[in-house]
Amino acid sequence: MRRGLTWFNVSSIALGFAFLYIPILLLVIYSFNDSRLVTVWGGFSTRWYWALLENEQLLDAAWVTLRVAFVSACVATVLGTMAALALTRYGRFFGRTLFSGMIYAPLVMPEVITGLSLLLLFVAVDFDRGFWTVTLAHITFTMCFVAVVVQSRLVTFDTTLVEAALDLGSPPLKTFFTITLPLILPAVISGFMLAFTLSLDDLVIASFTTGPGATTLPMRIYSQVRLGVTPEINAVCTILIAIVTVVVIAASIVTKRAESQRQAEERAAMKG
Amino acid sequence: MALASEKGWGRAVVVALPYLWLLALFLAPFLIVFKISLSQDVVAQPPYAPLLDLSAGWQGITDFLSQLSFANYWYVLDFSNEFLQAYGSSLIIAAISTLLLLAAGYPIAYGMARAPRSLQPTLLMLVILPFWTSFLIRVYAWIGILSPEGLLNQALMGLGVIDSPLEILNTDLAVYIGIVYSYLPFMVLPLYSALEKMDMTLLEAAEDLGCPPWKAFWTITFPLSLPGVAAGALLCFIPAVGEFVIPDLLGGSDTLMIGKSLWTEFTVNRSWTVSSAVAVLLLLVLVVPIVIYQNIQQRELEAGR
Amino acid sequence: MASEKTRKETIGAVRRSFAPWTDPTKTPLIRFENVVKRFGDFTAINDVSLDIYEREFFALLGPSGCGKTTLMRMLAGFDEPTTGRVTLAGQDLAGVPPYRRPVNMMFQSYALFPHMNVADNIAFGLKQDKMPKADIDARVEEMLKLVKLTPFAKRKPHQLSGGQRQRVALARSLAKRPKVLLLDEPLGALDKKLREETQFELMDLQMELGMTFLIVTHDQEEAMTVADRIAVMNNGVLVQVATPAEIYEQPATRYVADFIGDVNLIACKVRSCQGDQAVLVTPITSSPIHVTQQVEAATGDEAWVAIRPEKLRITLDQPPDITENCFEGTIWDIGYLGDLSIYHVELPCGTRIKVSQPNLSRMVQRPISWDDKVWVTFAPHAGVVLTR
Repeated sequence: MRRGLTWFNVSSIALGFAFLYIPILLLVIYSFNDSRLVTVWGGFSTRWYWALLENEQLLDAAWVTLRVAFVSACVATVLGTMAALALTRYGRFFGRTLFSGMIYAPLVMPEVITGLSLLLLFVAVDFDRGFWTVTLAHITFTMCFVAVVVQSRLVTFDTTLVEAALDLGSPPLKTFFTITLPLILPAVISGFMLAFTLSLDDLVIASFTTGPGATTLPMRIYSQVRLGVTPEINAVCTILIAIVTVVVIAASIVTKRAESQRQAEERAAMKG
Repeated sequence: MALASEKGWGRAVVVALPYLWLLALFLAPFLIVFKISLSQDVVAQPPYAPLLDLSAGWQGITDFLSQLSFANYWYVLDFSNEFLQAYGSSLIIAAISTLLLLAAGYPIAYGMARAPRSLQPTLLMLVILPFWTSFLIRVYAWIGILSPEGLLNQALMGLGVIDSPLEILNTDLAVYIGIVYSYLPFMVLPLYSALEKMDMTLLEAAEDLGCPPWKAFWTITFPLSLPGVAAGALLCFIPAVGEFVIPDLLGGSDTLMIGKSLWTEFTVNRSWTVSSAVAVLLLLVLVVPIVIYQNIQQRELEAGR
Repeated sequence: MASEKTRKETIGAVRRSFAPWTDPTKTPLIRFENVVKRFGDFTAINDVSLDIYEREFFALLGPSGCGKTTLMRMLAGFDEPTTGRVTLAGQDLAGVPPYRRPVNMMFQSYALFPHMNVADNIAFGLKQDKMPKADIDARVEEMLKLVKLTPFAKRKPHQLSGGQRQRVALARSLAKRPKVLLLDEPLGALDKKLREETQFELMDLQMELGMTFLIVTHDQEEAMTVADRIAVMNNGVLVQVATPAEIYEQPATRYVADFIGDVNLIACKVRSCQGDQAVLVTPITSSPIHVTQQVEAATGDEAWVAIRPEKLRITLDQPPDITENCFEGTIWDIGYLGDLSIYHVELPCGTRIKVSQPNLSRMVQRPISWDDKVWVTFAPHAGVVLTR
């Protein structure tokens, strides 16, 4: 029961990771398959990637998706950070229970319900469906994820730092930008990244709330997947996986570096 | 801790902006869904009636109220329309999937929490990484594996384990595989964070007091990880009940799940009022687990301070 | 070192005669007037009135949760009184936010901004005042010199040791030259030796800068060392406000006597009070207790006599006069602390009293040992009669 890698721990981790990664790995391998039949290996080829460049529909959808993801992640980060501040810093205020309920509920709410209800709202207020309705919908559900990520950082935030800044003559708004924000920035950035990928990834809510000219990439992929597996889709997926993997690994290496440098400096300070 | 000094307009804006946003785009839509679930389908724009006509004053409101009916609910609750079966089978599929997730996730989380400290961040990142890649892609990957001419059948036949391809794709089994696969990080992460912060000296104390390791696991480790178990189970169970993509892509035509039924009712039958009633009932089914989940989350955060 | 000597002499002269609270012509710098603070149902501060004078080093002393920190935070502006007034130099502080108050605080956790280096931390408050950059640099330089951290100006807080961080926090809160410096358990995180050194540094600094310091602490030795006056708090109420010597030698209540230092509290009945001579009787000894003190009580009233262990004498031989202020008992326990020994003496009725004696000679074998029959005596001016 000591810390360490017993055969049981090693094998459960190994099996778990095999289960998580083999399907993705196979998908990536078969995107380089020369054959149109996705299950028969016909030799190495990058032809499906070149074919993508000519697929206007897919490229359009990718462009729409990126725009929606960027705009919604920006707004969601601002609103989510505000919500996190409201929940952690301001103690009790009128309707706090309702507010925290509205923050946590979207995290587990089935997407079909969120999507349907937002669509019916847009219809009821006669809002033209398209880019902006999808963006508004994405802001709404991703801001809650941002709020939770930022909130978990804020609860360990030493509020005496804020008090010290106020005590030294810095007004509240200025204190937020000079003290609080720089210190919670890593959480805010990961909140942004989470919002961005969730928006990039969303199929159901986008399908409900979209309108003419605002077909997103997941919707495009979905409609093709329903017709069967094609190597072209494998190629799109591989590109998306590659982008996400590179960004996530780079981000984690940067934070790990900063953390280990910090620890080294702290150790040096203890000795000196 | 509340800062008494942070009063005034700054505080008001910080609370009001996200609050109003969620009231307008999260809470108000549910009220609209509820209202439409009491309306009737018509061929018009928007495709339901009655509409609230405030210009007609009190008369308008009473007219509007008198035309509302529970007809859609009776339709949904009618056994022959297969919605009830869909609710039931969704709950069963979600419950079994959650148990499978727990069985698969607990050993992984336990192994991670007991791994050397230096390895843990890497392991954690490896669990989170698939979560960052598209959900749709991860479900899609299984189509290529599970289909009759897919990689799994090819491998099994190549090894001579089976003679003819197994029917896995388009069955409930594929749905289980898809849910377990897609939701695994959501189960592992809360379990890991509960197991990781456990004080290892507790186990040493138990052993010191004469408790063998396997018994210490069931009397010490597992009870202490229960908040993580509850959080992980709810985090998987609730969305799984309303899951649409997985049963649609991996399940068969006889796989009944309420998310798929709602989607079909909306896109194929184009009945907005019935799909609203389905959504309201689904929410009623899920309201208890959602409230429990919120309480766990809240307690977790308060304990963190 | 001649200048050092003169400086010390002037400080000595000032300290010797500094007692503005006894001078009715002086107006206090800080006034708490009937301050009450409630958090929900809980009353943290219950009707506190307190005056603090300019250049005073004032200590708020009490156990945790007694309201001392709340009182300080009301002065800093982090909490507002529920009722009552707080004024600073005649100005009512109600509604003035912390960033507009001419007081600065040194936090218990130091609250150093982790993303700024030492110089930037010290300059933070000065930058808020829109001071010219050259002046800021000069002031930061001066502050770094004051706390002897000049070579560490570019270090981040996590690259400093605990003692260094403490000095950065001090320099930062002093940089703006506030009217009052608030110190919230400023030395709590330091080890004993460093803490004692720093206490004397703080006193010198306060004299040198001529500033008013208000310190919150639960450490009675710290409060006694640094402060001109101490306010002892309990359950949101001020129990006694006085100089350290008064608090120790003339405690106002049993609570103060017990909280500050070690004490034997003996429950008695008053037999007679004549002028400044009081005589009391107690069931634990046959001899009456005689105290030289003006006591406002009638014969038969309940009262307590408080005697510090070091004010008792212990002998193996019977003293010549056993008619008053005398106990007879056996040694129950001995604590040898090196500089002194503590004897627990059990009286025939079962009550135990504590006696401490300085160990004046280098003897490994002490003459008094376990189960020895001993006599404990004390002078009439050693004890204090308490009626509350």
